[in-house]
Amino acid sequence: MSFLLRRLGFYLLAFWASITLNFLLPRLMPGDPVTRMLSRSQQRLEPQQVEALRTLMGVDGGPIIPEYFAYLGRILTGDFGMSISRFPTPVSEVIASQLPWTLLLGLTSLIIAVILGNLLGILAAWRRGGFLDSIAPPLLVFIGSFPYFWLAMGALYIFGISMGVAPMRHAFSVGLVPGFNLVFILDVAAHLILPALTIVLVSLGGWMLGMRNTMIATNSEDYILMAEAKGLRPHRIMLNYAARNAMLPSVTSMGMSIGFIVGGALLTEVVFAYPGVGYQLLGAVQGLDYPLMQGMFLTITAAVLIANFLVDLVYVRLDPRVRKG
Amino acid sequence: MSVPVLEVQELTVEYVSDERAVRGADRVSFTIHAGEIFGLAGESGCGKSTIANSIMRLLKDPARITHGKILFDGKDVLGMDEAELRAWRWNNVAMVFQSAMNSLNPVTRIGEQFVDVIRTHRGGTRATAMQRAEELLKMVRIDPARLRAYPHQLSGGQRQRIVIAMACALNPRLLILDEPTTALDVVVQQEILEQIRDLQNELGFAILFITHDMSLMLELSNRIGIMYGGRIVELAPSRILHHDSRHPYTQALLGAFPPLHGPKVKLTGLAEGVKFTNVQDLEDHGDGHWVAPTDQPVLSQGEAL
Repeated sequence: MSFLLRRLGFYLLAFWASITLNFLLPRLMPGDPVTRMLSRSQQRLEPQQVEALRTLMGVDGGPIIPEYFAYLGRILTGDFGMSISRFPTPVSEVIASQLPWTLLLGLTSLIIAVILGNLLGILAAWRRGGFLDSIAPPLLVFIGSFPYFWLAMGALYIFGISMGVAPMRHAFSVGLVPGFNLVFILDVAAHLILPALTIVLVSLGGWMLGMRNTMIATNSEDYILMAEAKGLRPHRIMLNYAARNAMLPSVTSMGMSIGFIVGGALLTEVVFAYPGVGYQLLGAVQGLDYPLMQGMFLTITAAVLIANFLVDLVYVRLDPRVRKG
Repeated sequence: MSVPVLEVQELTVEYVSDERAVRGADRVSFTIHAGEIFGLAGESGCGKSTIANSIMRLLKDPARITHGKILFDGKDVLGMDEAELRAWRWNNVAMVFQSAMNSLNPVTRIGEQFVDVIRTHRGGTRATAMQRAEELLKMVRIDPARLRAYPHQLSGGQRQRIVIAMACALNPRLLILDEPTTALDVVVQQEILEQIRDLQNELGFAILFITHDMSLMLELSNRIGIMYGGRIVELAPSRILHHDSRHPYTQALLGAFPPLHGPKVKLTGLAEGVKFTNVQDLEDHGDGHWVAPTDQPVLSQGEAL
């Protein structure tokens, strides 16, 4: 328990540090971001907007310490200011409208890739040099080394244009009203298949190889030999003794991947015109939408930290040895 | 004493690679009777563990048994299929490994590992298996509450005793101890050996005891086989071996350990570069004393070969 509390304290500290950086960055940049934005948008902003921007980014010349605390207060109440590129929508609303789709796409593909990749890795290592072990790793690495956009466009061309079986764009069909009913859910699933499948395809090899290699090292451990001498069934040794120990590094990398999901899968979102954080972030950078960028950076930071904390929680369950750490 | 539990006949194990095959054990024969403690001693790499692993059929590629027979209660171990082998392992022969410290699964509780083996072979509920595990832990004088512990929370000696308790779980007829105390200090070694002897008196299993530590070996075993280069060079009851060894390698091995009691003795060993090649089959010297003939001279006490 004290281990988890200490970790939690560490993450809170890290989050505070990232908020502070977010506050400082516009001030540390040479010149005034607001002026630069104005020159970009050719003075199309109203004077109140300019004033609001200055206040938001702390470049209105006020004393830095009170500004900092005011900023902290706004962040903690979820007020990230107004988006410039989608004025006057609040930044939090822009993020909230994109985040669910990003999470849906990212989590679905990650979970499938992790489960499938690890299972393949376990089986390949268990029958080392066997059929699966000789075929799957080179094949998956081969697929994984295609440029992603090429693979995605290829899939879109074959299944979307030539065969016409997969939807071409967006997260659900135009004209459908979002709601919790079967028609909508099926439509969303149909739109999800191709983007998710391409992500799974390119990431599967990494998961499989990682698991396979750890598992091979684990297989030569003494407790595996002892389990065999105990006359246990092979699948029990494979899962409870070998895989149970070999999966620990996998859990760590999965946690890191969960965190980065929130950053969005930019290429996927571009190719499949899928609404998501990645696409939005690109738009924010191109449109010099500083408040939106800042909001997104904070969201991503928070997601990475939360994911890490989740991994800690799971890890404590899986490996008794870290409990005292 | 006369019923053979384990008969190993002309066992030959080869480690095969593309270029050549190395013999890990070469026409090794011995018999272990019910309730007997049989010792196998010899230097590192002489094939002791190879023999232990082949008895339980735990050899991994590239090692394979190329010749010989292993009979357990008259049953051909090498002829068993996978299912028979699984049912036979631990039920009849249990093993304590060289590195028993690492023999326990680090991520599951000790109790679970007992339950695992008991329920696999005997079935029954979790609760009865747990109860049995508690009894076993008491037998090796460890607090049954430790069943809730994970391996890393126990000392090396405790872990070793837990593995020994686990080996007794199904009342096997033969216990293979492959250097069970090598990683432990002398005091703990003595405790563990004491415990093994007590358990043996209580449960009556036979023991195949493997070590390179001759003083431990003489203390514990009824009969001893000395191995060298994959072959047995001398085989005798321990009293005879101790006082009347005939093979120079046995003498060198005995001479390499200081006696715990009595006057100071100069340690001896094999001189630099001495090797025995092409070891012949054992010859009967009476009283169960078998020696491989050799050209090397027999040593007198305190003399190096």
